[in-house]
Amino acid sequence: QAAWCELPARVLLVLTSQRGVQMYEADGSTLVFWHALDVPEQPTAHSVFARGISAAGGRFVCVGTSSGAVLVFDVPLKGTNVILSEVLEQHREPVTDIAAEQGQAPDGAGDLVTADDSGTLCLWRTGEEFTLLGKIPGYGCTCSSVALWNGIVAAGCGDGQIRLWEAGTGQLRAQVSAHARWIYALDLAPLTGKLLSGAEDSFVHVWKLSRNPDTDDVEVQHCHAECVTDTQVCGARFCDPAGDTFAVTGYDLSEILCY
Amino acid sequence: MSMRTLPLLFLNLGGEMLYILDQRLRAQSIPGDKARKDEWTDVDRKRVLNDIIATMFNQKFLEELFKPQELYSKKALRTVYDRLAHASIMRLNQASMDKLYDLMTMAFKYQVLLCPRPRDILLVTFNHLDAIKDFIYESPAILNQVDETFRQLMETYNCLSDGEFQLIRQTLLIFFQDMHIRVSIFLKDKVQNSNGRFVLPISGPVPWGTELPGLIRMFNHKGVEVKRTEFTTAGNYVIPQREGSFELYGDRVLKLGTNMYSVSRPVETHMAGASKNLASHAKENIVPNPLAKEELNLLARLLGGLDTQTPAGGDTGFRLNLFTTDEEEEHAAQTRPEELSYKVINIEATQEPARRAELSRILGELEVAEPRPGSAGKGEDLLALMDGL
Repeated sequence: QAAWCELPARVLLVLTSQRGVQMYEADGSTLVFWHALDVPEQPTAHSVFARGISAAGGRFVCVGTSSGAVLVFDVPLKGTNVILSEVLEQHREPVTDIAAEQGQAPDGAGDLVTADDSGTLCLWRTGEEFTLLGKIPGYGCTCSSVALWNGIVAAGCGDGQIRLWEAGTGQLRAQVSAHARWIYALDLAPLTGKLLSGAEDSFVHVWKLSRNPDTDDVEVQHCHAECVTDTQVCGARFCDPAGDTFAVTGYDLSEILCY
Repeated sequence: MSMRTLPLLFLNLGGEMLYILDQRLRAQSIPGDKARKDEWTDVDRKRVLNDIIATMFNQKFLEELFKPQELYSKKALRTVYDRLAHASIMRLNQASMDKLYDLMTMAFKYQVLLCPRPRDILLVTFNHLDAIKDFIYESPAILNQVDETFRQLMETYNCLSDGEFQLIRQTLLIFFQDMHIRVSIFLKDKVQNSNGRFVLPISGPVPWGTELPGLIRMFNHKGVEVKRTEFTTAGNYVIPQREGSFELYGDRVLKLGTNMYSVSRPVETHMAGASKNLASHAKENIVPNPLAKEELNLLARLLGGLDTQTPAGGDTGFRLNLFTTDEEEEHAAQTRPEELSYKVINIEATQEPARRAELSRILGELEVAEPRPGSAGKGEDLLALMDGL
C-alpha cells in the first residue's frame, strides 16, 4: 500500500509490504526510515505483511500488521530520527485499515480508528501513550476500510455494507446496503462530509454524511453512482477536500480514471 | 501475500487442463475397432486422463504442495504442467502446450474474478474435483486419493476467515494480472470482450450473505430504526436461493469450475492484436531469470516422485494436437508473439550428489524408467527432473 501522511511539519510517503514499512520524503527523493517486520525462516500458514497507514495526532504515523499489532511511529519535525514509540496490541486478526479523525471529534470520541479482518474496530486517543477508548465487535464480516469524521466511524465491509458508528458510544447509527460485492475503498471529503465507496461490483458511490442538528442522528444520503464497466474497483479517492472530484483505479487497469 | 494459495492454483488449473484434454481427445478419437495403431480410441482417452490424474494426486507431491509457501513464478508453474501433461503416453508439441496453458490460465482467471465471495474459490475447486472423480477410470486407489485431497482441502480451508480468503484471491489475481489472451469460447459466449477483458455482470444473484444494494437505514442513539430510504443504480440483483455445499458431496450451486467445453465447440485462442498491456508481461519473460535455485529445488522435489511412461507408438504416434490441423499448429508455433512465449527451460540431470538430502532420498527410493543422463559436472545445483523423454 502507499499513502501520504500529512503532518503539520512535513508530508511523508509511507509504503507497506511483506517486508515492512518504508517512509520517504514527499517527493520520493530520500528514504527517511525503514522498519523491517519479523519474517520467519520457514514460511508458516500465516502471512506476514504490513497493511493500514495513517497519520495521527499531528505527530505520529500508525501502520497495521498481519499479526494485529499496530505500530506507532513518532516522527520528528525534520530528519530521519523516526522512532517506534508504541505497539498497540488489541486486534487478534490482521489489521486492514487505520483512519484518523478528519473533522472535529466530539468530547470523548477519540481521534483514531483501527480495523481488522474480523470487522472489529478499535477507537483510540492519540498521545505520548495511546489510550484505547472503545472496541466495536465485528459483525462476522471483514472491515476492509474505515474513515472517521466528526465522531462518526464509517466502515466499508466485505459484504458490501457500509456501517456508520458513533465513535464515542460504539452505537450503530446507520447501515447502507451499498454494494453487491467486497468494498475495497472508502474515502471522506472533510469539508463537506461526502463519502466515496468503491467495490468489486464495478460501482463507485458518492454519499453525503451529516448530523441532524436537533436529534443528533446521523443521516446518509446517496448522491451519485458511477459504474466502471467490467472493472473491479480497487481504489477510490477524492482529489480535493470538498469532494468535487474523485479518482478510481481497478484490477488489471493501468489507468487512473478521474471523475 | 497468502502462503496457502498454491494448492488451489495447482488443482484448479489441473482441472481445467483435464477438461480441455478430454474435449480434444474426444474430438480426435476413433472407434476402437477401426483405429490404427497411432489413432486415439476411447479407452486411450480414459487411460491418458487417468494417468494424469494419478500423477496430480500422487501423495508425496500433494504433501509438498500443501506446505505453506509462496506461489511459484509463472515460468516455474508452466514447467510443472509441462511435466504433468507428459505423464501419460500423450505427447504435445510446444505450440499445443502453449495453447493448452493459455486456455487453462484464462479459464481459471475468469473463475477467480467472478467468484461472488472470496471463499467461493473453494466451491470452484470442489467443482473441479467432482469432475475429476468422474474422469477416473477403473481405479479405486486414485479415487481414494482424490477423496483424501478433498478432506485435506476441507481441513485446511473451511475454517479460514473471509479476510484470509480475500488475501488468497488477491494473491491469485496478482498472478494472473495483465493476462488478456482472447479465448474463442469466451468471446462467443460474450463472457470476454474483444480487448481480452472479461465481462463483469452487474446483475444476477448477489453473493450468499450479501444484502441487495439499495437500502439505507438510520438509527437513533438508542439503536431504534428511525428512518429508511432507498437509492437505485444500474445494477439488477436478486437474492440467491441457497448456499453451495462445502462438504465432500453436495450441490455446489456455483457453476464456475464446471466443464464448459463440449465436443462440438472447438476452442481457439487469438494471438493477433493482443492488448497493449503486454508491455509489463513482456518484461517478465525477457528478463533472463532461469528459475531461482529455490524454485528448482522445490519443483524437483515435487516431481521427484513421478513415474513416467514411454510412448508405445513411435515419435509421432499418440501426439495430441490442440489445433484442428497440423498445419494450424505449425502456423501457431511460428506466429506466436515473442512476448507471449513461455520460454520453457529444459533442465539436464546431473549425478552430482544433491545438496538436499531429502531429494536424494526420494530419488533413491523410486524406480526410474529411464537410465539417467551422464553427469554434467556443473557447479550449479540443478536437480534432476525425471523424464528424459
